[in-house]
Amino acid sequence: MNRTKLTAALMLSAAMAPAAHAETLKIGILTTTSGPPAVLGEHARDGALLAAEQLGMVGGMETEIFVVDAEGKPDVAAQKARELVERDGVQFVIGPIFSNVMGAIAGPITESAFLLSPNAGPSVYAGENCHPNLFGVAYQNDQMPTVLAKHMNDTGIGDAFILAPNYQAGQDSLNGFKSVFEGTVTSELYVPLGQLDYSAELAQIAALQPSAVYAFLPGGMGVNFVKQYDQAGLKSIPLMTAFTVDETTLPAEQDAAVGMLSGTNWSPSLDVPASLAFVEAFEAKYDYVPALYAAGGYDSMMLIDSAVKAVGNVTDMDALRAALEAADFSSVRGDFSFSSNHFPVQNFYLAEAVKREDGKYQTQIVETVYEAYADAYVDQCKM
Amino acid sequence: MSPLAPRLKAALALFLLMALVPPVVTALGDPFLTVVANRMLVFAIAALSLDLILGYGAMVSFGHAAYLGFGAYAVALGARWGLSDLLAQILLGMAMSAGFALVTGAISLRTKGVYFIMITLAFAQMAYFFFVAQSSLGGDDGVALQARSSLLGVSLEGDMALYYVTLGALMTIYAGLYRLTGSRFGRVLKGTRENALRMQAMGYRPFPYQLVAYVIAACLCSVAGVLLANLTEYVSPAYMGWHRSGELIVMLVFGGIGTLTGAVAGALVAVGLEEVLAIFSDHWRLGFGLVLVLVVLFSPDGLTGLAKRLGIGGRGNG
Amino acid sequence: MTNLFLLQLLNGAQFGILLFLVAAGLTLVFGIMDFINLAHGVLYMVGAYLMATFAGLTDSFWLGLMLALPATLIFGLVLEFLVFRRLYDRSHLDQVLATFGLILMLSEGVRILWGSAPLNVDMPELLSGSVPLAGPLKYPVYRIAVIAAGLASAVGLWALINHTRVGMLLRAGASNRPMVAALGVDISRLFMLVFAFGAMLAGFAGAIVAPILSVDPGMGESILILTFVVIVIGGVGSIRGAFLAAILVGVVDTVGRTFGPIWLRMVMDPSAAAQTGRMLAPMLVYLLMAAVLFWSPTGLFGRKGAK
Repeated sequence: MNRTKLTAALMLSAAMAPAAHAETLKIGILTTTSGPPAVLGEHARDGALLAAEQLGMVGGMETEIFVVDAEGKPDVAAQKARELVERDGVQFVIGPIFSNVMGAIAGPITESAFLLSPNAGPSVYAGENCHPNLFGVAYQNDQMPTVLAKHMNDTGIGDAFILAPNYQAGQDSLNGFKSVFEGTVTSELYVPLGQLDYSAELAQIAALQPSAVYAFLPGGMGVNFVKQYDQAGLKSIPLMTAFTVDETTLPAEQDAAVGMLSGTNWSPSLDVPASLAFVEAFEAKYDYVPALYAAGGYDSMMLIDSAVKAVGNVTDMDALRAALEAADFSSVRGDFSFSSNHFPVQNFYLAEAVKREDGKYQTQIVETVYEAYADAYVDQCKM
Repeated sequence: MSPLAPRLKAALALFLLMALVPPVVTALGDPFLTVVANRMLVFAIAALSLDLILGYGAMVSFGHAAYLGFGAYAVALGARWGLSDLLAQILLGMAMSAGFALVTGAISLRTKGVYFIMITLAFAQMAYFFFVAQSSLGGDDGVALQARSSLLGVSLEGDMALYYVTLGALMTIYAGLYRLTGSRFGRVLKGTRENALRMQAMGYRPFPYQLVAYVIAACLCSVAGVLLANLTEYVSPAYMGWHRSGELIVMLVFGGIGTLTGAVAGALVAVGLEEVLAIFSDHWRLGFGLVLVLVVLFSPDGLTGLAKRLGIGGRGNG
Repeated sequence: MTNLFLLQLLNGAQFGILLFLVAAGLTLVFGIMDFINLAHGVLYMVGAYLMATFAGLTDSFWLGLMLALPATLIFGLVLEFLVFRRLYDRSHLDQVLATFGLILMLSEGVRILWGSAPLNVDMPELLSGSVPLAGPLKYPVYRIAVIAAGLASAVGLWALINHTRVGMLLRAGASNRPMVAALGVDISRLFMLVFAFGAMLAGFAGAIVAPILSVDPGMGESILILTFVVIVIGGVGSIRGAFLAAILVGVVDTVGRTFGPIWLRMVMDPSAAAQTGRMLAPMLVYLLMAAVLFWSPTGLFGRKGAK
């Protein structure tokens, strides 16, 4: 299944070039699955492929899946996106993981196919640049930090120290936090992308002694920060994070992260039948604990399935769009619907990192912070 | 010049081959390969421009991708300021690149060898972080272009049109550099590469020659940036990170330095190889790395050396 | 404020020593053998991965370290035998191309063997506490151990090169290889040992930092450029230079990042200062390198007229 795209060998492929079968469902999965930041893309891809395997015929039709590596490079991703749409003739693309790839592929894909994002949800695509063919299946980026801000408000935390890497998503994250947080922000720090050593920031936190710390430090930065936070003996100050402590980083953070809180829209512990079945099947097949990116990939595939089943063909774009908007599938997140900007209305939770009995680590939902929560950009979207 | 030097023949063969790509792949029913081939041509321009300073001037710049970025941002800024003509954008890109290259080149040329490698990297990284900090241009997320540029009123929306414009640019730049490196200027540059002291003794101050070459290479690389932005209809600081600069060096050395033809061949093969290997496996980097190591171990002077040993043109130019 | 400043100075020096620990092997190979080894970063990564594996298998940090060191040494010897020994006489550019290829291969190989997800290495019980420092701040004991390891590497290398017979041969071999060979010294074996030792130093650094940093397939690349910055500022071939440069880089980066915005606020309005500070923070080490090379084109302690 992984390489149905073999037909596309660079030259002399003419004889095999697939004629456009209008009645074959073709789905592209375009995530970054090579190089250092591959782990998130692997989660999303594995989640989507698991769904396809369980369904057999996605949408009740003959299905062809093209798994493509975005390589984490926007220009490569832009080319691969066009390749999927123009050459392979896919009707749906699941991707990408990173916001900077989103900008590169959204244009070419939405011209003639549907783009379902299993992770990235930059504010511009929920607001002014929203598109009829673009669906943010996972979340809008700013929603995660607001979960923690609201939790701090609810628990009476009056001051917080906040930090993020200095790039667009980092700024969005801190702005999202501040838009909801009612206490005072004692310090707002931006660290260079990819920073290794956080002694300087930890010293500032220790000196200021805030009531809580909010951090958005994805990937390796988060691992470094969480470990060093623990080692500096700062765990008495609650560290609450978004995209920093999850199943992709917990294998490295382990006990250092246990007890830390994060905001999320899904966790393997979520008590929804579809979710529990998904987690069990996922761990059985891939032997690692799925993170929210895997859930995003799985839900994206299930959403496509529901829309194609409802319409019965893959050529009527308007009908397919309406069916996607209806979101009539059993999401691993339970109740799920789309706002008018094609971003989800769903619950958001506070989750705690725990060590399981089998020695693996995962996040566990502690409480529901927002119910049926829509993002803040709906009004800016004129579709 | 006559009869044609083998490397010139090899280059003409490559250009002819590339000129045939669009009609052939269209006839074979896979017109999309034109876009893939276009990417190869864009990087051929970038590698070619690097060859002028690296191959002929022994100035190993580890920051050359910065100019790819300047070219790309010239398109984004141009579009914003109502400059949609490709030539106008190229001029803008060249102006930005020339300014940056003039200042940083003058400082960098105080150093040599590995110090030059690292100081050019430093300046390129500063440019990179400058664009990452520009929120109005999307910062790290980059900015999508609404449309491709036009050339003298003709739209380049069609892949075929952009392809031949790129090929034309590549051939023009190749011809220009071929003339330039064969001229007195080029000979002084090469002389400096071989023995700077002797050139000084002969009364040439290497510095102005090296600096002019550095600025020319920067301007030519920005043309590749303008075309890359048009090809992907997207502009991002990722175009100018140190990874990219490293990849440009790799393409050039892979093809063989100091022949111009080697730069073109290296870029075409390296980009093509990445494309083909990525079809087969997520772990394509393993195969790509292996090819690089094997080429170095068994074929000094890269593909050019290989071609020479197989007796098919591409003589090195010393 | 003054206290915090001194503390950040200390933090900077500490980060610098950590950088030196990684750069030490590179200085050796680069300085003595005049060999540009871009793959140094991935050797550091391999060291960390081997450490994670062995520490996991033996359930002990110390046993893991004792197994990881010879393992990286052997790995270095194998690489030297297969690839590097054919590159000593080649141009810097060939070395760059081949070692760039090795980066791609080894990074991908690590992903195939260990997967893409980051790994954990537990801290040894003995070094896991922290000592109280000024006010509420505690300083992790492990950090002190890292500093000690870095200082030991620095002193050891310096003594090895300047005060032993092997070091003398190395220095002689570096400046005139044929002459030393003519005197009956097996120079290729000497270089093989230096290279393998350099690889082991890289692996040692990887193993030592594994408990504080993420062990992931990108860890080699993220540190590679910084280590090159360090040796270039210090001057190629100078252990002393690399050590001072590492501390300089650590201090400028840490102090500039934390106090830069405060200083900027004295000369511009707060929002502009914040904006500029954020833009300048990641550029600091590069500004430092450009400035040093501007005043002294062969680094702080580089040989005049060195290549």
